[in-house]
Amino acid sequence: MRIDHARLFALIKKETLQIIRDPSSIAIAIGLPVVLLFIFGYGVSLDAKHVPVGVVADNPGAETADFVSGLRQSEYFEPIGFGSMAEAQEALMKGDVNSVIWMKSDFGRKIRGNGASIGVFVNGVDANTARLIEGYLTGVWGQWLKRRAVMSFGTDAGQGAVLESRIWFNPDVRSRNYLVPGLIAVIMTLTGALLTAMVVAREWERGTMEALMSTPVTIGEILAGKVIPYFVLGMGGMGLSVVMAVYLFNVPFHGSYIVLFIASSLYLLAALGMGLLISTFARSQFVAGQVAIIATYLPAFILSGFIFDIRSMPLPIRILTHVIPARYFVSILQTVFSAGDVYPVILSNTMALIVIASFFMGIVAIKSKKRLR
Amino acid sequence: MPSSRPDRASDEGPSCAVSARRLNKTFIAGGRSIKAVDDLSVDIKPRAITGLVGPDGAGKTTFMRMILGLLAPDGGEITVFGRDVADDSGEVQANAGYMPQRFGLYEDLSVLENMELYGDLKGLSRDMRKARYEGLFKMSGLAPFTLRLAGRLSGGMKQKLGLICTLLSSPRLLVLDEPTVGVDPLSRRELWAIVDHMVEREEMTVILSTAYLDEAERCSDVILMHEGRLIRQAGPKDFTDMVAGQSFMVTAPSLGKRALRQRLSGVKGVIDSTIQADGVRLVVQKGMDPAASVPGVCPQASVSPVPARFEDAFVFLVRQKETPVSADSMTHDAGFDVPAASNAANGVIEVDIPAAGCQPEGTPALDDLHDVIVVKGLERWFGGFCAVKKVSFSVKKGEIFGLLGANGAGKSTTFRMLCGLLPPSGGHLEVAAEDLRNAPARARAKIGYMAQKFSLYVNLTVAQNLEFFAGAYNLKGIQKKERIDWALREFELEPYKDTTSNDLPLGYKQRLALAAALMHGPQILFLDEPTSGVDPIARREFWTRINVLAESGVTVLVTTHFMEEAEYCDRLVIMAQGEVLAMGVPDELKARYLPDVPHVTMEDVFISILEGRGA
Repeated sequence: MRIDHARLFALIKKETLQIIRDPSSIAIAIGLPVVLLFIFGYGVSLDAKHVPVGVVADNPGAETADFVSGLRQSEYFEPIGFGSMAEAQEALMKGDVNSVIWMKSDFGRKIRGNGASIGVFVNGVDANTARLIEGYLTGVWGQWLKRRAVMSFGTDAGQGAVLESRIWFNPDVRSRNYLVPGLIAVIMTLTGALLTAMVVAREWERGTMEALMSTPVTIGEILAGKVIPYFVLGMGGMGLSVVMAVYLFNVPFHGSYIVLFIASSLYLLAALGMGLLISTFARSQFVAGQVAIIATYLPAFILSGFIFDIRSMPLPIRILTHVIPARYFVSILQTVFSAGDVYPVILSNTMALIVIASFFMGIVAIKSKKRLR
Repeated sequence: MPSSRPDRASDEGPSCAVSARRLNKTFIAGGRSIKAVDDLSVDIKPRAITGLVGPDGAGKTTFMRMILGLLAPDGGEITVFGRDVADDSGEVQANAGYMPQRFGLYEDLSVLENMELYGDLKGLSRDMRKARYEGLFKMSGLAPFTLRLAGRLSGGMKQKLGLICTLLSSPRLLVLDEPTVGVDPLSRRELWAIVDHMVEREEMTVILSTAYLDEAERCSDVILMHEGRLIRQAGPKDFTDMVAGQSFMVTAPSLGKRALRQRLSGVKGVIDSTIQADGVRLVVQKGMDPAASVPGVCPQASVSPVPARFEDAFVFLVRQKETPVSADSMTHDAGFDVPAASNAANGVIEVDIPAAGCQPEGTPALDDLHDVIVVKGLERWFGGFCAVKKVSFSVKKGEIFGLLGANGAGKSTTFRMLCGLLPPSGGHLEVAAEDLRNAPARARAKIGYMAQKFSLYVNLTVAQNLEFFAGAYNLKGIQKKERIDWALREFELEPYKDTTSNDLPLGYKQRLALAAALMHGPQILFLDEPTSGVDPIARREFWTRINVLAESGVTVLVTTHFMEEAEYCDRLVIMAQGEVLAMGVPDELKARYLPDVPHVTMEDVFISILEGRGA
């Protein structure tokens, strides 16, 4: 494709002026990312912390008090005492507590013997949180038993093998540490696909595309005149997101910026390709926006592994995720942030991004004609 | 590809700028194929203005796009200055300037930035720019506004900016698609001055399409198209010569213009009748002498021959081609090949439009009636922008009241306030004796509103649309059925009952929209740009219906940017930039502003008012 530099520069200048003057471009490119970052950085947390737990001890004594103080020490629980199971059940129904621990009247006697148990009731409406609470409670219970054994026998040998877990890559187990990097993929989809598809559709709607096409510009110049400014804008949004993630939300960054830059560029090209492809058939802003949201933004949100783990999806959906470019980018982002430059992961995903970006850009180059319909 | 290419550009030489041979283009829309351009062969003269005229959907825009290589023809070939557009569209575009219908301006770029953009895209060299900009700014009067955003310009200024952007590189070929639609008459005049200048000084070839037929008379050559086909290509004088001696002006001061037209259109041999200036203009069949037959219907009328206009020829030729809509709408006169127009178009409509809630009365003098709309000091602000400034007028019952002005004059804003769709920022408003601020719903039940672009549900059929609007106006049971039947019958929509309204011809969409607005028999009818984009023939028919409505006691408020339609109004206001510049009866306004000119048109009055203000 023939590119004349003076004409290309004129188109880029025009596009830049439009971006600066149009409040809706700024809102999509800068405003929305900041809002999303704040929501996911501060608001949304998939962790269970300071969960209110009802505690019922039928026969309070030294042992029950000791276990409750063990619970209190854990940052995950906020124990609240109840006089009877009936009261605790009512609190569970009202939602005041998420679970109830019941230590029956023979708890003290049995624990001094060898077969004590506690009753645990968990509100299962939110399955995710319920499973977390269940796991954490089991952990606290195990630790307390171990500590008692050490104290009474000077060794834990009598308890047999005990699970010692270490969490790698995100030792604090903060969901923010993997949500915020994944969010960068969503944000770049907004600028690359949604905004680009809409601005091209706007040119069709307002009749400016027809005027442009009647001048000697080539279709290559028109495409490059869209890709370049929105590439810069998208990379700017990426930079802003990374800075906010690292300095505002204290998300650890273990990889190299050069890897991040290359991967982001490739993903942004793929997103721009999708946006321009949408604009080859969607000639009104409304249609372009709807198609872009359904075909690019929602998949980047739901099917990329950003929030929901791909491995736990049903097989057909899992296969579908392979055609979602955001999947590969989210995987690179989470690796680069939390684990560092793990080249086997980065290389395979980068290859996938190269293939997808060339595929979309290739189709756009073939489908775009300097013709009206 | 065709193996042989007859009459290549070489043997036409420089005698022809654009040459089209057997051009075809078909579009598929909603499962139906539409022949936009059908076997079109024309040659366009260089260094002259060629006008492209024809009713809506004639294929004018499609043809222009094909000249510029923006659309590929399905068949046939087209050359521009000897180059085949299909092979060499880049070269053709480098030598051409094109202004599409919406001017192709970037509204969030300033005037100068738009100029720079198109200058860069057309490869205008840096050192030439300054002089060229200066010349164009001077010619267009845009010099004081170079830093203003294009979106903030008035319609007339946008149009001039669009034009000078296409003129930047001194193209050999200038293609303008309806450059003057919706623009005030003064700006139209200025645009023509620029185009004339370009043809003279820079030897440009200009092709322009237009909906204003008086503009066709300013072209040196006219191509008349209808449904994709060429009807006739000739100089405008040849067109008017064709109908020479067939145009007459009939005046009867004792009878109203509308009533006179109603009577005259029934006369056998009358092809077309329109209200103009102080009388009714007739186009009759060749050889007919209206001086002999008019006194039969109206003894006091005086008949005088007038020179033929382009519009007469247009109506004559297009009616010849028009396919009949329904069998009884065509009358064949033996021995003559021009069918008389459909009855409605020609002014004969036997209608009973029961204006529910209106007492039936004759047509008493207007002064006897009370005001149904009172507007005092009406204002509307949008942020810091004043769209309507202290507007005051009143409308009497059964009157046709016009709001005239260019796009952006504040007509539609005033309208929306009158219909209770937009709260006024200040002033007093009374519609059908209801204060709109306190009882908008009660007032709305008495009004019918036909919005710009007709506001129909395009995916519903004609019958479904009527059904919906009847329901929306709370009609039920037998009453609802009666009104729908009435609408189908009176507006001749019966054959189209099950057609999706999107597929209707524009003139029928307009009828349907009018029918929908009349479902509940309103006392007041608001029509916002009802004739915009509709061809002259459908416009005539529309006005005939409106006249009948007014005669039956319905008050009609109408906005329009077609100045000649002012002649159909009993009284009117002329608006510009949110203000009322003049108000009165058309003849009075003419007498007040241009007392010494015979047969003055409303457009002349408008221009003289605008110029008077500018001076």
